[in-house]
Amino acid sequence: MNLRSLSATLVVMLAAAAVFYWGTDGFRAFTAETARRVEVVDKPRAMPHVQLLDQMGRMFTLQDLAGDPVIVEFIFTRCQTVCLSLGALFYQLQNSLPDHGPASRLQLVTISFDLDNDDRAALHEWAGRFDADPQRWRVARPVDEQGLQALLEAFGVIVIPDAVHGFEHNVAVHLLDSHGRLAHIDDIQPPERLISLVDRLQ
Amino acid sequence: MEASMAVHMLVQIPLLVAAGWLLAHGLPPQWQQRLRNLAGGPVAPVMVAILASLYWMMPRALDAAMTDMRAEILKFTTLPLLVGLPLALSWAHLSPVARGFVWTNFVSMLAVLGWLYMSAPMRVCNVYLENAQQHAGRWMIIIAVGGFAGWLFGWLAGAFHADDPD
Repeated sequence: MNLRSLSATLVVMLAAAAVFYWGTDGFRAFTAETARRVEVVDKPRAMPHVQLLDQMGRMFTLQDLAGDPVIVEFIFTRCQTVCLSLGALFYQLQNSLPDHGPASRLQLVTISFDLDNDDRAALHEWAGRFDADPQRWRVARPVDEQGLQALLEAFGVIVIPDAVHGFEHNVAVHLLDSHGRLAHIDDIQPPERLISLVDRLQ
Repeated sequence: MEASMAVHMLVQIPLLVAAGWLLAHGLPPQWQQRLRNLAGGPVAPVMVAILASLYWMMPRALDAAMTDMRAEILKFTTLPLLVGLPLALSWAHLSPVARGFVWTNFVSMLAVLGWLYMSAPMRVCNVYLENAQQHAGRWMIIIAVGGFAGWLFGWLAGAFHADDPD
Protein backbone atom coordinates (compact mmCIF):
# COMPACT_ATOMS: atom_id res chain seq x y z
CA MET A 1 0.00 0.00 0.00
CA ASN A 2 1.56 3.30 -1.01
CA LEU A 3 1.71 6.36 1.19
CA ARG A 4 -1.01 8.14 -0.72
CA SER A 5 -3.42 5.24 -0.36
CA LEU A 6 -2.61 4.91 3.32
CA SER A 7 -3.20 8.59 4.05
CA ALA A 8 -6.39 8.64 1.95
CA THR A 9 -7.69 5.64 3.91
CA LEU A 10 -6.84 7.31 7.20
CA VAL A 11 -8.65 10.48 6.16
CA VAL A 12 -11.70 8.39 5.18
CA MET A 13 -11.73 6.59 8.53
CA LEU A 14 -11.40 9.81 10.51
CA ALA A 15 -14.13 11.52 8.49
CA ALA A 16 -16.39 8.48 8.96
CA ALA A 17 -15.75 8.44 12.71
CA ALA A 18 -16.77 12.12 12.84
CA VAL A 19 -19.91 11.49 10.78
CA PHE A 20 -20.93 8.52 12.94
CA TYR A 21 -20.26 10.52 16.09
CA TRP A 22 -22.48 13.31 14.82
CA GLY A 23 -25.15 10.98 13.44
CA THR A 24 -25.53 8.98 16.66
CA ASP A 25 -25.33 11.80 19.25
CA GLY A 26 -21.88 10.69 20.31
CA PHE A 27 -22.39 6.93 19.73
CA ARG A 28 -25.39 6.99 22.08
CA ALA A 29 -28.39 6.69 19.75
CA PHE A 30 -28.61 4.22 16.88
CA THR A 31 -32.40 4.24 16.67
CA ALA A 32 -34.76 7.18 16.30
CA GLU A 33 -36.43 6.23 19.58
CA THR A 34 -33.18 6.47 21.55
CA ALA A 35 -32.34 9.65 19.66
CA ARG A 36 -35.47 11.47 20.78
CA ARG A 37 -34.82 10.36 24.38
CA VAL A 38 -31.21 11.56 24.32
CA GLU A 39 -32.23 14.88 22.74
CA VAL A 40 -34.73 15.92 25.39
CA VAL A 41 -32.38 15.02 28.23
CA ASP A 42 -29.63 17.12 26.62
CA LYS A 43 -32.02 19.96 25.85
CA PRO A 44 -35.48 19.99 27.51
CA ARG A 45 -38.04 21.05 24.96
CA ALA A 46 -40.91 23.54 25.30
CA MET A 47 -44.32 22.20 24.31
CA PRO A 48 -46.77 23.87 21.89
CA HIS A 49 -49.99 25.45 23.19
CA VAL A 50 -52.58 22.89 22.15
CA GLN A 51 -56.20 22.87 23.32
CA LEU A 52 -57.09 19.54 24.91
CA LEU A 53 -60.50 18.19 25.92
CA ASP A 54 -60.59 15.75 28.85
CA GLN A 55 -62.94 13.03 30.10
CA MET A 56 -64.88 15.56 32.23
CA GLY A 57 -65.36 17.92 29.28
CA ARG A 58 -62.77 20.38 30.58
CA MET A 59 -60.62 22.31 28.11
CA PHE A 60 -56.97 22.78 29.06
CA THR A 61 -53.45 23.03 27.69
CA LEU A 62 -50.27 21.42 29.02
CA GLN A 63 -49.15 24.93 29.98
CA ASP A 64 -52.07 25.16 32.43
CA LEU A 65 -50.38 22.36 34.38
CA ALA A 66 -46.95 24.05 34.50
CA GLY A 67 -45.69 24.46 38.04
CA ASP A 68 -46.46 20.83 38.77
CA PRO A 69 -44.60 17.86 37.36
CA VAL A 70 -46.51 16.09 34.59
CA ILE A 71 -46.25 12.68 32.95
CA VAL A 72 -47.79 12.32 29.49
CA GLU A 73 -48.58 9.14 27.57
CA PHE A 74 -50.19 8.59 24.15
CA ILE A 75 -52.90 6.01 23.46
CA PHE A 76 -56.08 5.25 21.50
CA THR A 77 -59.00 3.85 23.45
CA ARG A 78 -59.72 0.88 21.13
CA CYS A 79 -56.16 -0.39 21.69
CA GLN A 80 -56.07 -3.89 23.18
CA THR A 81 -52.36 -4.17 23.86
CA VAL A 82 -49.70 -1.71 25.01
CA CYS A 83 -52.16 1.13 25.74
CA LEU A 84 -53.68 -1.08 28.42
CA SER A 85 -50.24 -1.40 30.02
CA LEU A 86 -49.86 2.38 29.84
CA GLY A 87 -53.27 2.79 31.49
CA ALA A 88 -52.40 0.25 34.18
CA LEU A 89 -49.14 2.10 34.85
CA PHE A 90 -50.97 5.42 35.44
CA TYR A 91 -53.48 3.60 37.65
CA GLN A 92 -50.60 2.30 39.78
CA LEU A 93 -48.95 5.72 39.76
CA GLN A 94 -52.02 7.63 40.95
CA ASN A 95 -52.37 5.16 43.81
CA SER A 96 -48.76 5.18 44.93
CA LEU A 97 -47.87 8.87 45.03
CA PRO A 98 -46.11 10.14 48.15
CA ASP A 99 -47.70 12.71 50.49
CA HIS A 100 -44.78 15.11 50.27
CA GLY A 101 -42.25 16.32 47.74
CA PRO A 102 -42.64 17.23 44.06
CA ALA A 103 -44.13 13.85 43.12
CA SER A 104 -47.07 14.48 45.49
CA ARG A 105 -48.22 17.15 43.02
CA LEU A 106 -47.75 14.93 39.95
CA GLN A 107 -50.35 15.35 37.19
CA LEU A 108 -51.05 12.51 34.76
CA VAL A 109 -52.16 13.21 31.20
CA THR A 110 -53.20 10.48 28.77
CA ILE A 111 -53.62 11.82 25.24
CA SER A 112 -55.52 9.99 22.51
CA PHE A 113 -54.36 10.45 18.92
CA ASP A 114 -57.43 8.71 17.46
CA LEU A 115 -59.56 11.81 16.78
CA ASP A 116 -62.05 9.89 14.63
CA ASN A 117 -63.13 7.50 17.36
CA ASP A 118 -62.21 9.02 20.70
CA ASP A 119 -64.85 11.58 21.63
CA ARG A 120 -65.47 12.70 25.21
CA ALA A 121 -67.67 9.67 25.91
CA ALA A 122 -64.94 7.26 24.75
CA LEU A 123 -62.36 9.07 26.90
CA HIS A 124 -64.72 8.98 29.88
CA GLU A 125 -65.32 5.25 29.43
CA TRP A 126 -61.57 4.55 29.15
CA ALA A 127 -60.82 6.68 32.23
CA GLY A 128 -63.50 4.72 34.10
CA ARG A 129 -61.85 1.44 33.21
CA PHE A 130 -58.79 2.55 35.18
CA ASP A 131 -60.69 4.38 37.91
CA ALA A 132 -58.90 7.60 36.92
CA ASP A 133 -59.17 10.36 39.55
CA PRO A 134 -60.11 13.43 37.44
CA GLN A 135 -58.20 15.75 39.83
CA ARG A 136 -55.02 13.79 39.20
CA TRP A 137 -55.38 12.10 35.83
CA ARG A 138 -56.78 13.67 32.70
CA VAL A 139 -57.67 11.44 29.76
CA ALA A 140 -57.79 13.85 26.87
CA ARG A 141 -57.61 14.50 23.15
CA PRO A 142 -56.55 17.52 21.10
CA VAL A 143 -59.63 19.34 19.80
CA ASP A 144 -58.44 19.33 16.21
CA GLU A 145 -56.09 17.60 13.80
CA GLN A 146 -53.77 20.60 13.64
CA GLY A 147 -53.28 20.51 17.40
CA LEU A 148 -52.68 16.77 17.30
CA GLN A 149 -49.97 17.09 14.66
CA ALA A 150 -48.24 19.90 16.58
CA LEU A 151 -48.26 17.78 19.71
CA LEU A 152 -47.00 14.57 18.05
CA GLU A 153 -44.26 16.55 16.35
CA ALA A 154 -43.14 18.20 19.59
CA PHE A 155 -43.09 14.91 21.50
CA GLY A 156 -41.50 13.04 18.59
CA VAL A 157 -44.30 10.48 18.63
CA ILE A 158 -44.97 8.63 15.38
CA VAL A 159 -48.34 6.94 14.88
CA ILE A 160 -48.85 4.52 12.00
CA PRO A 161 -52.05 2.64 11.11
CA ASP A 162 -51.72 -1.15 11.30
CA ALA A 163 -53.50 -3.90 9.37
CA VAL A 164 -56.35 -4.35 11.85
CA HIS A 165 -57.66 -0.75 11.93
CA GLY A 166 -55.57 0.16 14.95
CA PHE A 167 -52.24 1.92 15.29
CA GLU A 168 -48.67 1.19 16.24
CA HIS A 169 -46.94 3.97 18.13
CA ASN A 170 -44.00 4.70 20.41
CA VAL A 171 -44.60 3.12 23.79
CA ALA A 172 -43.17 5.54 26.30
CA VAL A 173 -43.89 7.88 29.18
CA HIS A 174 -42.95 11.53 28.79
CA LEU A 175 -41.92 13.56 31.84
CA LEU A 176 -42.41 17.33 31.84
CA ASP A 177 -40.50 19.43 34.35
CA SER A 178 -42.19 22.17 36.38
CA HIS A 179 -41.60 24.64 33.52
CA GLY A 180 -43.72 22.42 31.30
CA ARG A 181 -40.72 21.32 29.23
CA LEU A 182 -40.30 17.76 27.98
CA ALA A 183 -37.24 16.68 29.95
CA HIS A 184 -37.22 12.88 30.04
CA ILE A 185 -38.67 9.99 28.02
CA ASP A 186 -38.68 6.46 29.36
CA ASP A 187 -40.12 2.98 28.93
CA ILE A 188 -42.89 1.65 31.14
CA GLN A 189 -41.13 1.51 34.51
CA PRO A 190 -42.18 0.49 38.01
CA PRO A 191 -44.09 3.40 39.66
CA GLU A 192 -41.41 3.88 42.36
CA ARG A 193 -38.78 4.44 39.72
CA LEU A 194 -40.88 7.01 37.86
CA ILE A 195 -41.66 8.80 41.13
CA SER A 196 -37.97 9.11 41.97
CA LEU A 197 -37.32 10.37 38.43
CA VAL A 198 -40.00 13.03 38.89
CA ASP A 199 -38.45 14.13 42.17
CA ARG A 200 -35.04 14.35 40.57
CA LEU A 201 -36.25 16.39 37.58
CA GLN A 202 -37.74 19.24 39.62
CA MET B 1 -41.18 2.18 -2.47
CA GLU B 2 -40.44 3.29 1.06
CA ALA B 3 -43.87 2.23 2.32
CA SER B 4 -42.47 -1.24 2.91
CA MET B 5 -39.39 -1.60 5.06
CA ALA B 6 -38.16 -4.61 3.06
CA VAL B 7 -38.56 -2.81 -0.27
CA HIS B 8 -36.97 0.34 1.12
CA MET B 9 -33.90 -1.52 2.38
CA LEU B 10 -33.57 -4.29 -0.13
CA VAL B 11 -34.80 -2.77 -3.39
CA GLN B 12 -34.60 1.02 -3.26
CA ILE B 13 -31.23 1.25 -1.53
CA PRO B 14 -29.53 -1.35 -3.79
CA LEU B 15 -30.99 0.45 -6.83
CA LEU B 16 -29.44 3.73 -5.66
CA VAL B 17 -26.10 1.97 -5.22
CA ALA B 18 -26.44 0.41 -8.68
CA ALA B 19 -27.10 3.87 -10.12
CA GLY B 20 -23.75 5.05 -8.74
CA TRP B 21 -22.06 1.94 -10.10
CA LEU B 22 -23.45 2.61 -13.59
CA LEU B 23 -22.51 6.28 -13.29
CA ALA B 24 -18.89 5.30 -12.56
CA HIS B 25 -18.74 3.05 -15.59
CA GLY B 26 -20.26 5.81 -17.68
CA LEU B 27 -17.37 8.13 -16.86
CA PRO B 28 -14.57 8.46 -19.44
CA PRO B 29 -11.81 5.94 -18.57
CA GLN B 30 -9.24 8.68 -17.96
CA TRP B 31 -11.56 10.28 -15.37
CA GLN B 32 -11.95 6.94 -13.64
CA GLN B 33 -8.18 6.59 -13.59
CA ARG B 34 -7.75 10.11 -12.27
CA LEU B 35 -10.16 9.43 -9.39
CA ARG B 36 -8.31 6.21 -8.57
CA ASN B 37 -4.96 8.02 -8.65
CA LEU B 38 -6.36 10.67 -6.36
CA ALA B 39 -7.22 8.00 -3.80
CA GLY B 40 -3.84 6.30 -4.26
CA GLY B 41 -5.45 2.96 -5.09
CA PRO B 42 -8.59 0.94 -4.47
CA VAL B 43 -8.44 0.68 -0.68
CA ALA B 44 -9.68 4.16 0.30
CA PRO B 45 -12.66 4.10 -2.11
CA VAL B 46 -13.72 0.69 -0.82
CA MET B 47 -13.52 2.01 2.76
CA VAL B 48 -15.74 4.95 1.75
CA ALA B 49 -18.29 2.53 0.29
CA ILE B 50 -18.28 0.23 3.32
CA LEU B 51 -18.60 3.04 5.86
CA ALA B 52 -21.28 4.94 3.93
CA SER B 53 -23.35 1.79 3.50
CA LEU B 54 -22.90 1.02 7.19
CA TYR B 55 -24.38 4.42 8.03
CA TRP B 56 -27.54 3.69 6.04
CA MET B 57 -27.94 0.36 7.83
CA MET B 58 -28.66 2.16 11.09
CA PRO B 59 -32.38 2.03 11.91
CA ARG B 60 -32.13 5.67 12.87
CA ALA B 61 -30.91 6.67 9.41
CA LEU B 62 -33.80 4.79 7.82
CA ASP B 63 -36.29 6.57 10.10
CA ALA B 64 -34.70 9.93 9.39
CA ALA B 65 -34.99 9.40 5.64
CA MET B 66 -38.73 8.90 6.11
CA THR B 67 -39.37 11.85 8.41
CA ASP B 68 -36.78 14.45 7.41
CA MET B 69 -36.45 15.74 3.84
CA ARG B 70 -32.78 16.62 4.36
CA ALA B 71 -31.93 13.06 5.34
CA GLU B 72 -33.86 11.79 2.33
CA ILE B 73 -31.84 14.03 0.01
CA LEU B 74 -28.63 12.85 1.67
CA LYS B 75 -29.69 9.25 1.14
CA PHE B 76 -30.40 9.81 -2.54
CA THR B 77 -27.00 11.46 -3.08
CA THR B 78 -24.64 9.52 -0.82
CA LEU B 79 -25.78 6.01 -1.78
CA PRO B 80 -24.89 6.46 -5.47
CA LEU B 81 -21.91 8.77 -4.97
CA LEU B 82 -20.31 7.31 -1.85
CA VAL B 83 -21.22 3.63 -2.21
CA GLY B 84 -21.91 2.66 -5.84
CA LEU B 85 -19.38 4.94 -7.50
CA PRO B 86 -16.28 4.24 -5.38
CA LEU B 87 -17.07 0.52 -5.36
CA ALA B 88 -17.26 0.44 -9.15
CA LEU B 89 -14.01 2.41 -9.49
CA SER B 90 -12.04 0.08 -7.27
CA TRP B 91 -13.67 -3.36 -7.47
CA ALA B 92 -11.75 -4.62 -10.52
CA HIS B 93 -8.51 -3.34 -9.01
CA LEU B 94 -8.84 -5.25 -5.74
CA SER B 95 -7.04 -8.54 -5.31
CA PRO B 96 -9.31 -11.63 -5.30
CA VAL B 97 -8.62 -12.07 -1.60
CA ALA B 98 -9.65 -8.49 -0.84
CA ARG B 99 -12.79 -8.93 -2.92
CA GLY B 100 -13.65 -12.11 -1.04
CA PHE B 101 -13.03 -10.32 2.25
CA VAL B 102 -15.31 -7.40 1.37
CA TRP B 103 -18.05 -9.65 0.00
CA THR B 104 -18.13 -12.19 2.84
CA ASN B 105 -18.04 -9.37 5.37
CA PHE B 106 -20.99 -7.70 3.70
CA VAL B 107 -22.96 -10.94 3.52
CA SER B 108 -22.35 -11.85 7.15
CA MET B 109 -23.27 -8.33 8.29
CA LEU B 110 -26.51 -8.60 6.34
CA ALA B 111 -27.27 -11.96 7.96
CA VAL B 112 -26.57 -10.70 11.48
CA LEU B 113 -28.71 -7.59 10.95
CA GLY B 114 -31.48 -9.72 9.46
CA TRP B 115 -31.42 -12.00 12.46
CA LEU B 116 -31.50 -8.96 14.78
CA TYR B 117 -34.49 -7.51 12.93
CA MET B 118 -36.31 -10.82 13.10
CA SER B 119 -35.76 -11.46 16.78
CA ALA B 120 -35.63 -7.97 18.33
CA PRO B 121 -38.36 -7.76 20.97
CA MET B 122 -39.04 -4.13 19.98
CA ARG B 123 -39.48 -1.99 16.93
CA VAL B 124 -36.15 -0.54 15.81
CA CYS B 125 -37.80 1.87 13.37
CA ASN B 126 -40.56 4.16 14.59
CA VAL B 127 -41.99 4.54 11.08
CA TYR B 128 -42.46 0.82 10.43
CA LEU B 129 -44.71 -1.83 11.95
CA GLU B 130 -43.10 -4.62 13.93
CA ASN B 131 -44.07 -7.32 11.45
CA ALA B 132 -42.58 -5.23 8.62
CA GLN B 133 -39.31 -5.39 10.53
CA GLN B 134 -39.51 -9.18 10.83
CA HIS B 135 -40.40 -9.44 7.16
CA ALA B 136 -37.37 -7.31 6.20
CA GLY B 137 -35.16 -9.40 8.50
CA ARG B 138 -36.29 -12.62 6.82
CA TRP B 139 -35.48 -11.24 3.38
CA MET B 140 -32.07 -10.04 4.57
CA ILE B 141 -31.20 -13.55 5.67
CA ILE B 142 -32.46 -15.05 2.41
CA ILE B 143 -30.39 -12.59 0.40
CA ALA B 144 -27.33 -13.16 2.60
CA VAL B 145 -27.54 -16.93 2.13
CA GLY B 146 -28.05 -16.47 -1.60
CA GLY B 147 -25.17 -13.98 -1.77
CA PHE B 148 -22.84 -16.35 0.01
CA ALA B 149 -23.89 -19.35 -2.10
CA GLY B 150 -23.40 -17.32 -5.27
CA TRP B 151 -19.94 -16.22 -4.20
CA LEU B 152 -18.95 -19.76 -3.18
CA PHE B 153 -20.24 -21.15 -6.45
CA GLY B 154 -18.37 -18.53 -8.46
CA TRP B 155 -15.19 -19.23 -6.54
CA LEU B 156 -15.51 -23.01 -6.89
CA ALA B 157 -16.30 -22.68 -10.58
CA GLY B 158 -13.26 -20.43 -10.98
CA ALA B 159 -11.03 -22.87 -9.10
CA PHE B 160 -12.37 -25.78 -11.14
CA HIS B 161 -11.80 -23.89 -14.33
CA ALA B 162 -8.23 -23.02 -13.34
CA ASP B 163 -7.48 -26.72 -12.81
CA ASP B 164 -8.90 -27.54 -16.18
CA PRO B 165 -5.96 -28.02 -18.57
CA ASP B 166 -8.22 -26.72 -21.32
